[in-house]
Amino acid sequence: MANKTDKNSYTILFAIVMVVIVGSLLAGFASGLKPRIKANEKFEKQQNILYAMGINNNEGTGDVAFISTDNVAEVFNKYITKQLVIQGDQATENDLAYLIDIKKESTKAKSGDYQRRLPLFIGQKDGSELYIMPVRGKGLWDAIWGFVAVDKEMIVQGVYFDHKGETPGLGAEIKQRYFMDDFVGEQLLDKGAFQGIKVAKGNNDPKNLIKDDYEVDALAGATITGDGVSVMLKKDLAMYVPYLKTLNN
Amino acid sequence: MGLLSKKDAKLIKDPLLDDNPITIQVLGICSALAITAQLKPSIVMAVSVIFVLGIGNVVISLMRNIIPSKIRIIVQLIVVATLVIIVDQVLKAFAYSLSKELSVFIGLIITNCIIMGRFEAFALGNGPWRSFLDGIGNALGYGVILIIVGFFRELLGSGTLFGIKVLGDSVEKTGLYAIGYENNGFMVLPPMALIVVGIIIWVQRSKNKALIEEN
Repeated sequence: MANKTDKNSYTILFAIVMVVIVGSLLAGFASGLKPRIKANEKFEKQQNILYAMGINNNEGTGDVAFISTDNVAEVFNKYITKQLVIQGDQATENDLAYLIDIKKESTKAKSGDYQRRLPLFIGQKDGSELYIMPVRGKGLWDAIWGFVAVDKEMIVQGVYFDHKGETPGLGAEIKQRYFMDDFVGEQLLDKGAFQGIKVAKGNNDPKNLIKDDYEVDALAGATITGDGVSVMLKKDLAMYVPYLKTLNN
Repeated sequence: MGLLSKKDAKLIKDPLLDDNPITIQVLGICSALAITAQLKPSIVMAVSVIFVLGIGNVVISLMRNIIPSKIRIIVQLIVVATLVIIVDQVLKAFAYSLSKELSVFIGLIITNCIIMGRFEAFALGNGPWRSFLDGIGNALGYGVILIIVGFFRELLGSGTLFGIKVLGDSVEKTGLYAIGYENNGFMVLPPMALIVVGIIIWVQRSKNKALIEEN
């Protein structure tokens, strides 16, 4: 006698019921947790921007320590005095500039004559003004991104890098202190011409004491990720140069 | 063990040693190679697999009499995928930084052959309680190997454990590095995980000769 679970009609019915149950279960979970997840993503961006401008809990730890999510919104409002959206040669103030999706902007700009919106965050720390710019590029496996804080002379005051799927222990080290801290003090302009910063192997400066060579020491075994960081900095920061130059005039 | 009958205790104990999913059945190798460059992801992966396999085995076992045999693999896949998505979403909502660190690894649980293997080989033919024990046992057996491999790879490859520099600082040349010790860069690459697993298999079989296949 054929088992009732072998019948085609039963199989189809089972599949339909299963899909409905699983579908509604997951939909329920997703929409129930969505506000929390969105909030977490917002906090993360704020933490990263603050980290780049040197507002973090790093002191006393060798690690990357962000401002805690509990009060990051408050700290963000305190230190970030202005958020600008630069589009062409227009700069408008926008308090939600930090939520602009860099990835979407760059794909939109590629596919047509769309002038991409560039968010710029102006922070106030120890009496001096810092300009924080988001960057985004490609590593070895997947996307890499970050924030770079510079002063008026375009000297780097802090960076934050992150990645989606670089190799642990190799490319993934770009988000470690010893790599990110090397960028502090590096110059981006050579007598007014934009240079960028190259992640370079064997640059005879492993301790990174020379600050005007437009180079930082690369990570061993992470050549492609390092090149990705160089390209990302060169390409994305260059877009801000015209605006930042107007500040000095 | 007072809590479990002898037969039940075997379900937990066997996969830890003589029927280990990685070293004896050679399942779940892919993730064992991919994520064991450091100790912390190894441990979190082990915990996640314990959760997914424990619950998944129970769910499949409860449904074992109503699952149409023609689509049973698809049904198993849906159960794993659902559990993994739930884990991922809950981590994103409540432990965001941890979920970022694990990102792709959590999704990789779906492809872990141990999970489908246990559903197919055990949960489809046994009751929920025994399936639960079997799931936990196999996930533990998997986790133990992951943690051993992660320990050696992080220690020898990066000179750290949980990110703490236990062997001294390789740049400042302190600790072991002062006397000329160097990190083995090979250890952070996946092929070395295979070699470490191979060494574990060798040690295990030389201790227990009954495990050696004849040919």
